[in-house]
Amino acid sequence: MDPVALEPSSLQITWFVLVGVLMAGYAILDGFDLGVGILHLLARDDTERRIFMNSIGPLWDGNEVWLVVFGGALFAAFPKAYAAAFSGFYTGAMALLCALIFRGVSMEFRSKRPWRWWRGAWDLSFCVASTGVSFLFGVVVGDCMQGLPLGPEGDLTQPLTLVDLLLGPAGAPLRGYPLMTGLFAVSTFAMHGSIYLYMKTEGALQARIRRWMWIAYFVFLAIYLIVSGCTVAAFPAATEKFHDYPLLWAVPLLNVLAILNISRAMYSGRPFGAFLSSACVIAAFTFLFGVALFPNLLVSTEDPAYSLTVMNAASTDKTLGIMLVVAGLGLPFVLTYTATIYWVFRGKVQIGGFSY
Amino acid sequence: MDDVLLLSRIQFALTIMFHYLFPPLSIGLGAIMVLMEGIYLRTGDLVYHNMTRFWSRVFAVNFAVGVATGIVMEFEFGSNWARYSRYVGDVFGSALAAEGIFAFFLESGFLAVLVFGWDRVGKRMHFFATLMVALGSIFSAVWIVVANSWMHTPAGYEVQSVVNPDGAVVTRAVINDFWAMVFNPSSVNRLVHVVLGAFLQGAFFVMSIAAYYVLGGRHLDFAKRSFTVAIVFGGISSVAIALSGHEQGRAVAHNQPAKLAAMEGHFKSGPATLYALGLPDAEHQRVNFGLGIPGGLSFMVHNDFGKSLPGLDRFDPADRPPDKLLPVIFTSYHMMAGIGTLLMLLSLVGLFFRWRGTLFERRWLLRAFVVAVFGPFICNQCGWVAAEVGRQPFIVYPEVTWQDDETPTMNTHGTRPGMRTEHGLSSQHAVGPRQVVQSIVMFSLVYLLLFIVWVHVLNDKIQHGPDPLEPPPSTTSPTGLLQAATANKPAGGESLTRADDSVAIDGGA
Repeated sequence: MDPVALEPSSLQITWFVLVGVLMAGYAILDGFDLGVGILHLLARDDTERRIFMNSIGPLWDGNEVWLVVFGGALFAAFPKAYAAAFSGFYTGAMALLCALIFRGVSMEFRSKRPWRWWRGAWDLSFCVASTGVSFLFGVVVGDCMQGLPLGPEGDLTQPLTLVDLLLGPAGAPLRGYPLMTGLFAVSTFAMHGSIYLYMKTEGALQARIRRWMWIAYFVFLAIYLIVSGCTVAAFPAATEKFHDYPLLWAVPLLNVLAILNISRAMYSGRPFGAFLSSACVIAAFTFLFGVALFPNLLVSTEDPAYSLTVMNAASTDKTLGIMLVVAGLGLPFVLTYTATIYWVFRGKVQIGGFSY
Repeated sequence: MDDVLLLSRIQFALTIMFHYLFPPLSIGLGAIMVLMEGIYLRTGDLVYHNMTRFWSRVFAVNFAVGVATGIVMEFEFGSNWARYSRYVGDVFGSALAAEGIFAFFLESGFLAVLVFGWDRVGKRMHFFATLMVALGSIFSAVWIVVANSWMHTPAGYEVQSVVNPDGAVVTRAVINDFWAMVFNPSSVNRLVHVVLGAFLQGAFFVMSIAAYYVLGGRHLDFAKRSFTVAIVFGGISSVAIALSGHEQGRAVAHNQPAKLAAMEGHFKSGPATLYALGLPDAEHQRVNFGLGIPGGLSFMVHNDFGKSLPGLDRFDPADRPPDKLLPVIFTSYHMMAGIGTLLMLLSLVGLFFRWRGTLFERRWLLRAFVVAVFGPFICNQCGWVAAEVGRQPFIVYPEVTWQDDETPTMNTHGTRPGMRTEHGLSSQHAVGPRQVVQSIVMFSLVYLLLFIVWVHVLNDKIQHGPDPLEPPPSTTSPTGLLQAATANKPAGGESLTRADDSVAIDGGA
């Protein structure tokens, strides 16, 4: 019977970082797919919609794998947190699954029939599902900041209702915060996706996308300021870490610079620079979320002793070590062929014989 | 407790069985596409190029539904089986993580090249992509079957106690030998059986559609060659799976004797009958309408008709599958074995006539092949039902030891007691019956819709058939020659994904 350690082991910290990297990778990569989906109904005719879907056609599936691997890594590295999160967010998780299913099959099925109602229905389903996935991810992040009513076994002491899911559990520091982070995620991905679409299109469509991009950017900026203000005001524990480790200030500062650089790069016609900046912004948000939580994975609103931390929720160091070897062997391959696929499908979207 | 247990099991059965319609077909079709494109690369014969293209479209639709329904499974371990997830996370999680890193990235990355890359990469690179997709799909089978096999024959682990903040003590399984966990006593056997089952699925799928074309006198060259590749592949797989099934039966007899007794309706210890037909009657401890070889099962396991095998009476009723589930286990197991045998005979007959060169004139046989596509679907589903229901009442099997070769013991109070299914559920406080019912209703509706659309799209592809022969598209730079290359083709005339719109259609804003 091993007592739970008070200090995290280096393997536990490594896996906390790696799970965060997987989360950031998913948010950056699937983020632009979801953004394209959010904007999908703004496309005017069938050709434009096909361009939208084909811009992400060869890539979205591989991007979604980051989520699958994130889930697998969380299960393997921190089983208690995985169990608590997925059973705790039951209704949210089921809604998310439903949305992910429709997002994927909409693209696959839409092009199979020429009927107007058929395509219209899959267009709608694609847009609603992409927006829903983005929103739910944001909501879950907000709920994790707020904490969950975790009991001693690491399970929720009562089911999380839909209202609790959206506003945060009763007694949470700031009711309504998850709703804000949900909208924030939608606006971030919409901006990220519009920059991506700008790179993949040309002509009049590209000019229109440029307008949407600016709108998405300013909406994002407004929500960013509100959410940042609320976070600093409502979660003092999150900001305390900056006093202990002043070096951490670099991240929010660089984040602000990256946000400003998005507009600068767009203004001077360098969409790829803007895209990289918005990817950095998403990575920075994930990092700040991790800093705010650490060493907790899920905070208990019932009793701090019931919170799930990297120490008490982790698998054994032996398993964490084995998985590090697995990741070390697999990751170079993953990065190599991810880069290959992106290279093969570079350039503007061309609707050809093999397109959706 | 009972409500949520039953509901969660219904939910899991529904989602996993629906999911499992798709991956075996992907694995089987993937392997057949590698054969076809390999022949094309070797011979340069354009018919094989055309064949790979046609089957890759079917593959892509199937793959998309497989992925969409697969993510559900990963969520469900945590959502409905939180205690189970905490218990096995240290062991099961690493297999699942390896599956993601080694298999899913490979599959989904190269699928893009396979489906969208015909005119973007050279033919060798394209073949490589097809090969990687096929390998990736097999890798995913490897890791998930390893994880599942560990639940049947756990190895390479020890049970550790953990104290919760309120002082309560719970246990969890932790790895002490990774390779013993991976190569647990049943992984290799079961993996071979599962992959061969998937190969059969792919082969019979191709044969069914090809036979349908031949019967209708359509796409004859395409259909006959597709059929030939598939029947050679399927014929070999069908014989191999019979041998692997035999091995598997012997392994189950040793590793999970209570499960074998349930599968064969072997109530009283003694020489065991090998049934072809029947229905177990738990109340009277016998098999009704039984038709079988007395002592046959004993012979299969020990090469001795008179050898006694432990019956269900040898086990505590609390440690063996509940009586009311016996007909499910018996029937699903016998449907798998029976239909599997018929499929093997059918493919051998087909191979014989193909060798004699008269297969495509025998319309009765072609009709049989058209219908036979349902066989592997039924076998694959039934095999898993027999395996998983036969594992009950445990979610992780306890250690089984043998005093002598007739007396097994289930060590449910030993150092490796396994985990009972009811103890794997999420806490009642977190997940109530109402939430599970809602999710079952949601999945039923969504899956029904998906199934209808899948059948519809598949039928459309089959009716449309392969494209007329034409030279393969040349590799072009993505921005340059592509437009020129596609300009002289009918719009969307050849994609999976074909946008059936030679006439432009306004999607409507």
